[in-house]
Amino acid sequence: MWRNSTSGWGLASILLHWLSALGFVGLFVLGWWMTGLDYYHGWYHLAPWWHRSVGMLVLLVTVGRLIWRWVQPTPGLPGSRLERFAAHLGHTGLYVLMLLVLVSGYLISTAEGAGISVFGVVDVPALVTGLPDQASLAGTIHWYAALGLMGLAAGHGLIAFKHHWVDRHDTLKRMLTPRFTQVRRHGGP
Amino acid sequence: MFKKTALGAALAAASLVPLAQAQAADYVIDTEGQHAFVQFKISHLGFSYILGSLEEFDGEFSYDPESPAASSASLEVDVESLTTNHAERDKHIKSDDFLDVAEYPTATFTSTGFEPTGDGEGVLTGELTLHGQTNTIEMPVTLLGEGDDPWGNYRAGFEGSATLTLADYGIDMSSFPEAMHELELYVTFEGIRQ
Ligand code: HEM
Repeated sequence: MWRNSTSGWGLASILLHWLSALGFVGLFVLGWWMTGLDYYHGWYHLAPWWHRSVGMLVLLVTVGRLIWRWVQPTPGLPGSRLERFAAHLGHTGLYVLMLLVLVSGYLISTAEGAGISVFGVVDVPALVTGLPDQASLAGTIHWYAALGLMGLAAGHGLIAFKHHWVDRHDTLKRMLTPRFTQVRRHGGP
Repeated sequence: MFKKTALGAALAAASLVPLAQAQAADYVIDTEGQHAFVQFKISHLGFSYILGSLEEFDGEFSYDPESPAASSASLEVDVESLTTNHAERDKHIKSDDFLDVAEYPTATFTSTGFEPTGDGEGVLTGELTLHGQTNTIEMPVTLLGEGDDPWGNYRAGFEGSATLTLADYGIDMSSFPEAMHELELYVTFEGIRQ
């Protein structure tokens, strides 16, 4: 149920996938909108507060997701060798970009030693500060990594639909229900 | 005998003084020992002030109390080092909305004249380049003190300030209240005589 098997994703992986998909897309839209806000807009300070707070939670979820991915079995990928290789590369790219966006975002706000308040409840301390022009540099990385992540994730989503509608694999279905952890990859025995 | 030698030595030393002074009028600003600050102060919506600092710069000046009118100074500031103690605000100030540090990483001041106005006081005129644009500014400066320091050098220290209109430097503040269209620049520094 919760755990993965070699034939399907468990509920934990499924929840983590969709939670982080929602988190990243939401953060991207929020980030895009808030950086265009006029100084006199009522959300000028509030939007970044949400962006930072949610971002830190997504960082927590992402680290948890990676640990879970590490300790759990992974369902095998269908398709040709090339397809499997491309899928592997794409997924690795998504993980790398996710971490890059999160870490660079953290490095912007903490560049001068202040921590990041998560909804005013806990403070994430600043660990790396005072690198030359840290906030601006981290900001540039944050922006391009976020764009790259959204581009790659859009392609990833499209391919998932292609597998579902064109190839008629169970790829998308097994990211929606933990049912496949119990069945063999190509039907029953 | 001893007295005579001492007198002779003193005379010889005294005759060297004018020469030594002419050479020694050049000072390097003590940025290494952090006895130098370039700061600014700008209104925040008319409610209070934002105080900021430019942490990295180098400069030198020439100053001779015997002929103060010949004084000169130059300063080169790394604008990237700007801080107002708030990382996100500083990132914004350094972005192309304001200072565009990526395009214009340095600001410079080179004096073109000095007019003494009193004992240890005067007005320094010079070219200030900021955000890629150059204007002539006048900065009243005051000699705060000079003399031998405890570590074997000779120091002289000054302070000065000037008000800059940001529009003169191509920095668009039109969407902010009038009070934010100008800022006050304050510098204070010690130079070590070379
Ligand atoms: C409409 C949106 C999306 C759909 C339909 C979708 C669908 C899927 C599917 C079906 C898989 C499973 C692949 C497999 O079984 O091997 C998967 C894996 C993955 N997805 Fe998505 N996804 C979407 C959005 C996102 C977003 C926005 C991100 C990241 C920001 C993301 C990151 C990942 C990663 C990293 C994996 C690899 C899992 C692993 O092998 O460890 N996905 N996605």
